[in-house]
Amino acid sequence: MADLQQWIDNNTYHHSQFWDLEKLVREKEKQNIRISLCLPTLNEEKTVGKELIIFNSELVNRYPLIDEIAVIDSGSDDNTLEVAKSFGADTYLADDILPNIEKKKGKGENLWKAIYQLTGDIIVYVDADISNIHPRFVYGLVAPLIYRNDIKYVKAFYDRPLAVSGGARSSGGGRVTEILIRPLFSLFFPELTAIIQPLSGEYAVRREVLEQIAFPIGYGVETSHLIDVHHKFGLEAFAQTDLDKRVHENQPTQALGKMSFGILQTFIKRSKALGIIDKAEHEKILRQFQAQEDHYQQLKMEIVEFERPPMITIPEYREKFGREQ
Amino acid sequence: MEYKDFDDLTNHLPGLAKKMRDFKDILLANLIMIGENPAPTFHEEQRIQFIVDRFTEAGLSESSVDDAGNGIGVLEGSEGENSILINAHADTVFSDKIDHTLQVLKNTVIGPGVADNSLGLAVLVSIPLILDELDIKLKNNLILLGGTKSLGRGNLEGIRFFLENNHFSNISAGLCVEGVELGRLSYSSIGMLRGEITCTVPESYDWSRFGDASAILTLNEVINKINDTRLPSRPRTSIIMGSISGGTSFNTIARDATLGFEVRSESEEVVNDVGNTIKSIVMEVTSKTGDHINLDIFAGRSPGGIPYAHPLNECVRKIMKSLNIKPRLAPSTSELAAFIDKKIPALTLGITTGDHINKKNESIKIDPAFTGLAQLISTIIAIDGGFCG
Repeated sequence: MADLQQWIDNNTYHHSQFWDLEKLVREKEKQNIRISLCLPTLNEEKTVGKELIIFNSELVNRYPLIDEIAVIDSGSDDNTLEVAKSFGADTYLADDILPNIEKKKGKGENLWKAIYQLTGDIIVYVDADISNIHPRFVYGLVAPLIYRNDIKYVKAFYDRPLAVSGGARSSGGGRVTEILIRPLFSLFFPELTAIIQPLSGEYAVRREVLEQIAFPIGYGVETSHLIDVHHKFGLEAFAQTDLDKRVHENQPTQALGKMSFGILQTFIKRSKALGIIDKAEHEKILRQFQAQEDHYQQLKMEIVEFERPPMITIPEYREKFGREQ
Repeated sequence: MEYKDFDDLTNHLPGLAKKMRDFKDILLANLIMIGENPAPTFHEEQRIQFIVDRFTEAGLSESSVDDAGNGIGVLEGSEGENSILINAHADTVFSDKIDHTLQVLKNTVIGPGVADNSLGLAVLVSIPLILDELDIKLKNNLILLGGTKSLGRGNLEGIRFFLENNHFSNISAGLCVEGVELGRLSYSSIGMLRGEITCTVPESYDWSRFGDASAILTLNEVINKINDTRLPSRPRTSIIMGSISGGTSFNTIARDATLGFEVRSESEEVVNDVGNTIKSIVMEVTSKTGDHINLDIFAGRSPGGIPYAHPLNECVRKIMKSLNIKPRLAPSTSELAAFIDKKIPALTLGITTGDHINKKNESIKIDPAFTGLAQLISTIIAIDGGFCG
């Protein structure tokens, strides 16, 4: 297994490291890379306009980092597409892309069809429900791909502890991450525990990677990406960027149950295909992370779920209660 | 782009208004990034830093923060003999505890402070880019000022500090930019006194003494007496009782109650007379009730301004006419008063239409803002071209 602490130290960034957008654009132009931004939407009229204004103004007009912005919609009931069009985005209905293929509904479907519809060498996916949108949501993810050829997939994570009263603070993902994904990864894919927020909806990926991986159309898409990219290219292909705070509407617990169910299906399918779930032995160390000042530390905790046999098998018990074996 | 004379400029105005739509993204992006930073009066630092960064990015000389916390950028003119000062106040009435997330719909932006005055400030920082894109070169220096400590107890401290201490040789005209209301044309300031009256029931209240055992009732008596004050109909005078707070619950006697008020008059003498009357009322009610009543007058303005027929005023009315903007003439107690005190011809202009001003769901309309922008840019060109006297 890779040295996770070393990976964290080398491949974890903070968006402020990439503040010099002029330099970033120069480097991008030198490499002649084309970058596409995809906003997958479903009923996001309240937030999509703001995202488009910020990205167009700051990362298309002011600093030409993005070459193309597209909204790919799952069939919103509200005015998402109308609002997006009025703020200058290319808008598509997912159903209209690759029309000869059987239609499916789901965020993963939009992300997958973006690979066909968009032309960039790098595609950045940003959820359209972020209310504190800022250009960092794009440049923070794209920059590691521009500056480092060995990186193929950059994942966002959030909520850096800027004001902690000394000591450390747990660096968590959401509830599903900490309760489901991290324990599962600790058991079967311990290297992937180094990804601090495996379910974050914002990531930038090279086309040559995207075209080689499958896309579950629903909740499992982020989990399957991590497992597949890790399997094909190893942990070294990943980087992650701290984008500070992300403000969005919280999901009710019931919705998290649905999400977990979808993710588990994807996880089991992947694990079976890779022959991992059938292994008699699995890891017994739970890997979590905490933020210590300005870097992230791995916390390893051995949790062995030892099982006691039925009491009837214990001779002292049988003797005391006069039980026959 | 250069205009021969004022008629040439007004002939081009409809086209200019259309061109302003090209700046939709930059204006709204500035609005979002400014508006989502809270800036209660006395705590405008985040916004000021943002606008100064923008000025620096636009290559403006002397982009800096002065000792009063104002954000300043200077677009140097080709001749630079005179300077035009464009001011937008940076503070809002909203606390930093309030969620400042803005919502952008097709033709509306909603959120606290979006109209008063995040939009004004967004326009201010967009000016250098707009002038550059339109290839407009000014002869005079253009000073862009994001003013701090303007509202309430701030009492125009930022703009006053700048006007008192700047080293620019000749500020020949001033424009104050407010997010709303398009058509606003303020060229005079009325006399004003602003203050608070706070009634407090003493800790060791003698319940047997004459008086009302509630700060609210005491304040009520003060209010009634102020209300009974006879005000002259000429010069026009009014007392605005703007806010009231007090007490803690249904069943507890209120220990504190506060009234926020403003006296406004066309005459400075009348403002002072009414101020003295309020002082007498406070003393009278204090002696009657034994409650502690504090009168705190913390802001004031002197009446004045430029005449209706002033060339700057006429010039802007013609620009408004060419852009089909209906002028709404109204005196102001905003930053205009600071210009008036310094005898600098100045106006306050609004950019767009809005709703729910100073409420959390404050909103502005996007489309009219392009006309408002055209009005402002053409006014700058007209002043710079010497078309306004």
